[in-house]
Amino acid sequence: MSAEPHPLPVPALSVQHLSVAYHEQPVLWDVSWASPPAGLVAIVGPNGAGKSTLLKAVFDLVPRLSGEVRIFGRPLAEARRRVGYLPQRASVDWDFPATALQVAAMGRYPCAGWFRPLPRAERERARAALAEVDMADLAARQIGQLSGGQQQRVFLARALALEADLYLMDEPFAGVDAATERAIVEVLQRLTREGRTVIAVHHDLATAPQYFAHVLLLNVRAIAAGPMAITFTPENLARTYGGRLSLLEQAVAAAQGGRAGL
Amino acid sequence: MTEFLQLDLAPMLAATLACLACGLLGNLLLLTRQSLLGDAISHAVLPGIVAGFWVSGTRAAAPMVAGAMAAAVGATLLIALVRSRARLEPGAAMGVVFSGFFALGLVLIEVSGAHAVDLDVDCVLYGQLEALIWPAATGPGSLLDPVALAEFPAEAKTLALVLLLILGLLALLWKELRLAAFDPDFARSIGFAPRALSLLVLVMVSVACVAAFWAVGSILVIAALVAPAAIARLLTDAYARQFLLSGAAALAMGAGGYWAAALAPRVLGLDHGLNAAGMMAVTAGLLLVGACLLGRRGPAGRAQRRVAIPVRAPAAAE
Amino acid sequence: MSAALLDALLLAGGYNAIVVALGCAAFGLAAGSLGCFVLLRGRALVADAAAHATLPGVALAFILTALLGGDVRSLPLLLTGGAASASLGVLAVGALTRGGRLRDDAAMALVLSISFGLGVVLLSVVQSLPVGGQAGLKGFILGQAAGMSAFDAQLIGALALLAVLLLAALFRPLAVLCFDREFAAAVGLPVRLLDLALMGLMLAVTVAGLRAVGLVLVVGLMVIPAATARLATERLAVMVLLAGLLGAFAAWLGAGLSATLPGLPTGATIVLVACALFVLTLVFAPRRGVLAFAWRQAQLSLVTARDHALRTAFEARESEAPGQLAAWAELGRGAGWSAWQRALLPWWVRQAGLATTEAAGGVALTPAGLALARDLTRRHRLWEHYLQSAGGLPPGTAHHAADEVEHTLPPEVAREAEAWLRRHDPDRLGPVDGLPPPGETGMKRP
Repeated sequence: MSAEPHPLPVPALSVQHLSVAYHEQPVLWDVSWASPPAGLVAIVGPNGAGKSTLLKAVFDLVPRLSGEVRIFGRPLAEARRRVGYLPQRASVDWDFPATALQVAAMGRYPCAGWFRPLPRAERERARAALAEVDMADLAARQIGQLSGGQQQRVFLARALALEADLYLMDEPFAGVDAATERAIVEVLQRLTREGRTVIAVHHDLATAPQYFAHVLLLNVRAIAAGPMAITFTPENLARTYGGRLSLLEQAVAAAQGGRAGL
Repeated sequence: MTEFLQLDLAPMLAATLACLACGLLGNLLLLTRQSLLGDAISHAVLPGIVAGFWVSGTRAAAPMVAGAMAAAVGATLLIALVRSRARLEPGAAMGVVFSGFFALGLVLIEVSGAHAVDLDVDCVLYGQLEALIWPAATGPGSLLDPVALAEFPAEAKTLALVLLLILGLLALLWKELRLAAFDPDFARSIGFAPRALSLLVLVMVSVACVAAFWAVGSILVIAALVAPAAIARLLTDAYARQFLLSGAAALAMGAGGYWAAALAPRVLGLDHGLNAAGMMAVTAGLLLVGACLLGRRGPAGRAQRRVAIPVRAPAAAE
Repeated sequence: MSAALLDALLLAGGYNAIVVALGCAAFGLAAGSLGCFVLLRGRALVADAAAHATLPGVALAFILTALLGGDVRSLPLLLTGGAASASLGVLAVGALTRGGRLRDDAAMALVLSISFGLGVVLLSVVQSLPVGGQAGLKGFILGQAAGMSAFDAQLIGALALLAVLLLAALFRPLAVLCFDREFAAAVGLPVRLLDLALMGLMLAVTVAGLRAVGLVLVVGLMVIPAATARLATERLAVMVLLAGLLGAFAAWLGAGLSATLPGLPTGATIVLVACALFVLTLVFAPRRGVLAFAWRQAQLSLVTARDHALRTAFEARESEAPGQLAAWAELGRGAGWSAWQRALLPWWVRQAGLATTEAAGGVALTPAGLALARDLTRRHRLWEHYLQSAGGLPPGTAHHAADEVEHTLPPEVAREAEAWLRRHDPDRLGPVDGLPPPGETGMKRP
């Protein structure tokens, strides 16, 4: 199921007319976008632009107002085993009584299936995934006693254990040390060399062109998308981050308010 | 011996089983920060219990369990509706819904005439452990005598069944429940239905509340739900040990509380027995204080960790 | 029975009954209005834990009074004991969360249940004391207005009114505190002191309610009227006033009901009355109510569907030869009608005089319908042009976007958009007032 090249260049992820609102606030509005079939893709945009929400909407974690999501051309239910999610580190309670290995092993649960304890072989694969991020020595450590960077590595190991073809990562570099950032970049580059796709929400405009080959500029709407070199332009960034279209924003807000609030 | 079998065995068993059933489930509530949901459910099932009792006229478990499940699920849906419409924080929405349900249950007890039979307000408040007697017991041989065992209080048997059910579910869904408790978003992304699992936990909590109702009433059941898990949480950071320790705490709370209530009057020279359900909660409170002092974050644990820090330092990459 | 109830409610049941009814109502007023602040400050369940934690104090006060030979029915003594142990309970919640391992939800549940258990044990000790009056203690758990003495009612009423007066004096700073604690601290308000004052008021009102409502349900009378008022209004002052009145009404009616039907526990009756008011408001409130919400949703979707259908009909007229008329089914398909809309809309559009059904099954727009359809189409195209030009949206997206916008934006914003187009992209606007449909090209993909 892993790294075979696809005969047809199907977009790894495509969304059509995706709209999401939280508490009557527009978060995503009519986003239509198709990712490249493989490679490293950054989703860039200001705070509150709906970057995380886009990833969550792919996995049906937030209710969609409208829109359709395809993974390698198929709906989520049919393609679940080919896509892996790395949530934001802050989204879970790190005080939870679990060890690094137990968390990484969650990535093997789809292979083990329901109602059964995880087979020893699967646990060893989770251990191998921890070793890939240099965390083998800390496998038995309770996750609350790890540093932020180490916690992020555990999350990455859990995602790697999924052995997916497409990864959606929510801010993998948030709050990590420089060593961990380098280690994560290496892992991501290795994944793409194997023909996999990684789509990551990224905050740092300075490093985005360095780490990623493609970009989606997002601010409630999809502003621009394409290869980093031609898309990551000052004009496009200004359109993403600037408030040029005040009347348009008002139109967007009214449309969303009308739909969700009335 | 016969007196013990007739008067003490069934209530002690019921107390212990109730604490075990609730205490084990309580771990799942505590680890997902939903302890207050246990509070809400324990109050909200009352009208369901009374209605089930009213309709069937017996203490038979099935109608009351059905009523309680309906009440619990209805209360949960209502809490969500009140939260979204009145824009209240979850705690306040729970307060609105569960006090309404509890009041309805109390009034139903009066209106239905259930108090005339068996179910009265005292039972709701303090439980009715003393009513669980086994007059058919004639000696240790009765424990193997099917005729005498058939007379064993049904409440205790129901509790045993519920405990078995909970143990079975915990064993069957061990890794699924841990996954859903730790990271529901990730669980959903890999197709493990966390919402179905949390609904299952909700339903099991309401079942445990009904089963424990006769033993501890519907307020003290909160102690059985929350205290064992909290005690264990103060003492360990390992998932499996959390469940084992909470089981031990539940055992100590149930059996220890029962015996403390039975023995304390003799020691203190009171001529009236102490309430066993209340004593169980007090025992839990004492255990909790002990765990606070002994636990990793208590005074003792802090001293221990000060020694442990140098071991940690090289591992930290930051 | 009904005559007795009427007597109780109309304050015609003798001096004692009048005083009791007024005392309960005063408590309801205090609980309801204070409840708004408790609710907005997120302290509802702390109040519940504190209320349960009064039981050991009340029981202990009873035991000590009995041992010292005092009057065990003395309400001030018992309430003092309750207030003391409730304060300890609140402190215990803070102590349990201090380690960081237990969250405050668990701490509140622990304090609530364990202190109640302690109270129950102490109550069983009380049973063995050789004095009378034990039965009265049970009234503190579920409330018992019947049998309350005039002095007790006066004490409760005085406590409640004192709380209301303090609340009125502190209204402004408390409002700021509940609205935004950081802001309150930034403008120099003593936020810790205010929080403490709120907690103190909450304890006072809780203790005042023990005799009438009982400790199990006293939190209900704090949060339910406040939540009801929140459904009905957005303004804090109105909300506090309304919640106070609702609380007073619920307490007065509930106490009256339970006085005439002695079997009914007073606390439960009062809370049920408050709950009934809440449910009525939840369903019927003019803005936030469930019915109003559903009605607005249905109305919006109906108007949206009608406009889409009229636009489809107008565009069909533009493109097709005159004389050929689309049928309702085709219009509905183009406009995305759902089943109930298919059933309702043709009738509604005909009733409104916007269209007639021709013999062949085709739909003909009346002059009024035609004017409306032209206007709608123009507005839609204006938005499409604007979103394409100013927003850089691809045509397909712009079409959907315009669908959303046109129903909710007021006409003056549409005029603004038109002015923008005239300034920045005048080619898109046609020579006359008819707008050409914007070109449809394939979406660009990266």
